[in-house]
Amino acid sequence: MSEELLEIKNLSTSFRIVDDYYAAVDDVTLSVRKNEILAIVGESGSGKSALAFSIMGLHTRAKIDGQIKYKGHDIVTMSPAALNKLRGQEMSMIFQDPLSALNPLMIIGSQIEEVLILHDSKLSKKQRKEKVIDLLNKVGISRPEHTYQQYPHELSGGMRQRVVIAIAIANSPKLLIADEPTTALDVTIQLQILELIKRLKNDMEAGIILITHDLGVVSEMADRVAVMYAGQIVEIADIFTLTSNPKHPYTRSLLNSIPTVKEEKSRLHVIQGIVPPLQNLPRKGCRFSARTPWIPEWEHEENPQLHEVAPGHFVRCTCHYNFHFPDTSEEASHNGTS
Amino acid sequence: MGLLEVKNLKVHFPIHGGIFRKVVGEVKAVDNVSFTIEAGQTYGLVGESGSGKTTTGRAIIGLNSITSGSVIFEGQDLALKGVRKQKNIRKDIQMIFQDPYSSLNPKKRVLDIIAEPLRNFEKMSPGEEKRRVQELLLQVGLSPENILKYPHEFSGGQRQRIGIARAIALKPKLIIADEPVSALDVSVQAQVLNFMQDIQKELNLTFLFISHDLGIIRHMCDHIGIMYKGRHVEQGTAKDIFDNPRHIYTKRLIAAIPDIDPKQREKQTEFRKSVSMEYEQAHRNYFDEQGMPYPLKSISETHLVALPEKG
Amino acid sequence: MWKIIVRRILIMIPQIFLLSILVFLMAKAMPGDALSGMLDPNIDPAAIDAMREKLGLNDPWYIQYWDWITKAIQGDFGQSFRFKMPVSELIGQRLMNTLWLAIVTLILTYLIAIPLGITSGRYNDSWLDRLITGYTYIGFAAPLFIFALLMVWVFGFHFHWFPTSGSVSPGEVPGTLSHFWSKFYHLLLPALSMALIATVGTVQYLRNEIIDTKQKDFILTARAKGASESRVYNRHILRNSLLPIAAFFGYEITGLIGGTVFVESIFSYPGMGMLFLSSITIRDFSVVTALVLLYGVAAIVGALLSDIILSIVDPRIRIK
Repeated sequence: MSEELLEIKNLSTSFRIVDDYYAAVDDVTLSVRKNEILAIVGESGSGKSALAFSIMGLHTRAKIDGQIKYKGHDIVTMSPAALNKLRGQEMSMIFQDPLSALNPLMIIGSQIEEVLILHDSKLSKKQRKEKVIDLLNKVGISRPEHTYQQYPHELSGGMRQRVVIAIAIANSPKLLIADEPTTALDVTIQLQILELIKRLKNDMEAGIILITHDLGVVSEMADRVAVMYAGQIVEIADIFTLTSNPKHPYTRSLLNSIPTVKEEKSRLHVIQGIVPPLQNLPRKGCRFSARTPWIPEWEHEENPQLHEVAPGHFVRCTCHYNFHFPDTSEEASHNGTS
Repeated sequence: MGLLEVKNLKVHFPIHGGIFRKVVGEVKAVDNVSFTIEAGQTYGLVGESGSGKTTTGRAIIGLNSITSGSVIFEGQDLALKGVRKQKNIRKDIQMIFQDPYSSLNPKKRVLDIIAEPLRNFEKMSPGEEKRRVQELLLQVGLSPENILKYPHEFSGGQRQRIGIARAIALKPKLIIADEPVSALDVSVQAQVLNFMQDIQKELNLTFLFISHDLGIIRHMCDHIGIMYKGRHVEQGTAKDIFDNPRHIYTKRLIAAIPDIDPKQREKQTEFRKSVSMEYEQAHRNYFDEQGMPYPLKSISETHLVALPEKG
Repeated sequence: MWKIIVRRILIMIPQIFLLSILVFLMAKAMPGDALSGMLDPNIDPAAIDAMREKLGLNDPWYIQYWDWITKAIQGDFGQSFRFKMPVSELIGQRLMNTLWLAIVTLILTYLIAIPLGITSGRYNDSWLDRLITGYTYIGFAAPLFIFALLMVWVFGFHFHWFPTSGSVSPGEVPGTLSHFWSKFYHLLLPALSMALIATVGTVQYLRNEIIDTKQKDFILTARAKGASESRVYNRHILRNSLLPIAAFFGYEITGLIGGTVFVESIFSYPGMGMLFLSSITIRDFSVVTALVLLYGVAAIVGALLSDIILSIVDPRIRIK
């Protein structure tokens, strides 16, 4: 059951700004198991997409330190040829924006066929086409023969996202990274896409990394959740623990700031301040402390580490022990519903 | 009588075809939509892409031309020619746009962006103008020292506040907010939503809030209209819509919202199954032969549902 | 597909019509008319007036225009007073020379632009890119007529590698291979001079397109599929970056027309451009009017060609 598919150890991904490198992903250690959906939650600037790109080896100008081991092989030190064998075959990615993730000058059929050609040269032309039609059927496209011949601009956003998913699952990958797969879509389409991803997990027993900022999507999909803030993981737990017993101030603030259909009109919690830009990130002390100024400094650890507060539940820093919102009524609104 | 009354609003776009680009048909983007917004309240317009919600908002403010119907704002019909030319009407209705990254001119300073409506409608000396802009910045929670900065120096949430400052500069009565927080992060989204509620109270504003996010709509709105294919399928108070949805399309939308509580997963799945079963089986009871929703019928004082004449 | 082309051609007709009126009125506004240069100044003014009346030169402009345009459509642009031959025949002789010059220049332009643009865009910010970009800046800054003069002086007069005037060596018999080579040899230096300058815009354009396309999301999709770097370039980046270049082809022709006027004069290459300049200096108006009209039509046709190419290569345009 708990077979480790991907093991990330002390990963730092740094980008060059003017003359220095700044870590967008800062010392992240994480693992993904077979047949598991791991959600990575965070806002823009948290480093969640940079982490996903590092796993896929898609950064062209970043400095990467640490290890990303896929089935024991380190992606960071792998040759481009070896990496290209993995990508599209063993692991693949669903991109955020279906409008721009497809080549505008190629018909849908060739775009899906490409990933088949790259990894399985034995298939004949006819077999390949059959497989593409099959895939289009699988992702719920009703007229696959017709869609095969179409160009991306002729399809709606939801249809395009299905095509992107068809490309990602063409070779039945063992690891699937979905980077905000439904952000650009309507709720009913979102539901269909999420159900499709769930079904794929069950069919292929793949490990799935779901990157999102939408806590509703996380609650529906994830087995485990890692919350990222300013390049670091601040909390990691299974989904039930995370939603019923969130610890880190950031996790609790996030849960309190989303409006849900279950509440009446009330105040939303607002996290003070902003996520600092990469080059101004405080590299020492609790990175979230600037946004909870009412918490005294001694509550924070000097060099915050992840602590295991319960089996499988890790929280960074010690500031969560005595954490409270400035206005105590704010948390009631959330805890009342769960 | 409401501040804004939209009656049988139609916005049709012509389709051109053939060698001479003759009109060969039309898209009924908004097809017979009526609703009323009371002063000081928030009316939510919900629907999926292509439902006509944005077109409705744009037609009210005059960005899309109205094919037929009337838009009565404080007793004056904006659909009539010439009415919009009156300065006070253009002052009284303002808009907040979806994308704070592209709706602010990157080459203009914050001072010029916010002062633009003031320059168009009010004669102010440069000193007065500057003071007013600083006041507005304070009002939206930004430091008045920011007036000489450019949009790229601000975060998404701050930009959206600049957009709001521009919209409230002329002390409008009605603000049309088209997906004002869709491009923002959750925490920033909360900031902007709270802030919109604050200025609503403070300035006694009326909002037409357009969104596809039902969570936000529930949070913000007093009355809600659900749109589908250019028509309303259901209209009512937030309670009517969320606690007692009557149209299958509304039910389907609500069922599709991700549940924040993971313990409800099984229940949600069951619920969705039953809704989609009902959708398939009872489709005919809710849509006519062309798959279009029926005209609205009132089922309580506040609640209207698109049902066939003899339900 | 054919609908767009037909529609586009129909739009072209009023454009050309408008252009011809403009050209005609401009010619009318110039001092003198067809008779002022043709006749002996000692002739009786009354006789000239009679002649004018007979030729219709006293009619209102629209009648004269109608006269002119109906003849022009049939290929009759009147007489050149210098060469004492029909303008159409005169231009016909020169047309082929200019056409060849333009075609060779176009080929050279793309032969230079595509490899340079690709190298520069793919390895942007490398020393190679800086070298190429440096060349394009020089190309932008250098006026064509000065550069062409320099080329004639260096390669024509100094090294004697190329002929400095004419379009063919005297004595060659048309139809033979050596005649063909002689023609090619004569137009190579002017074509190269023009191409070296004209290409810099395309180099820069292609470079920017490639840098732009490199960062598109669908390139990430291709990489995530496991495509090798060379495949990513050949299958995805190049096609998408060459598209606007292909579409620019028609406009490139329009640009060349301006270029040939200078280059032909400097190389004494007997094409339309040289004819144009010399006819202006001696006020051979019937030739000038015909040439201006022809250049205008070429520009309009060039734009049409661009639109058609774009609608063929870009599926996003094909649909509407």
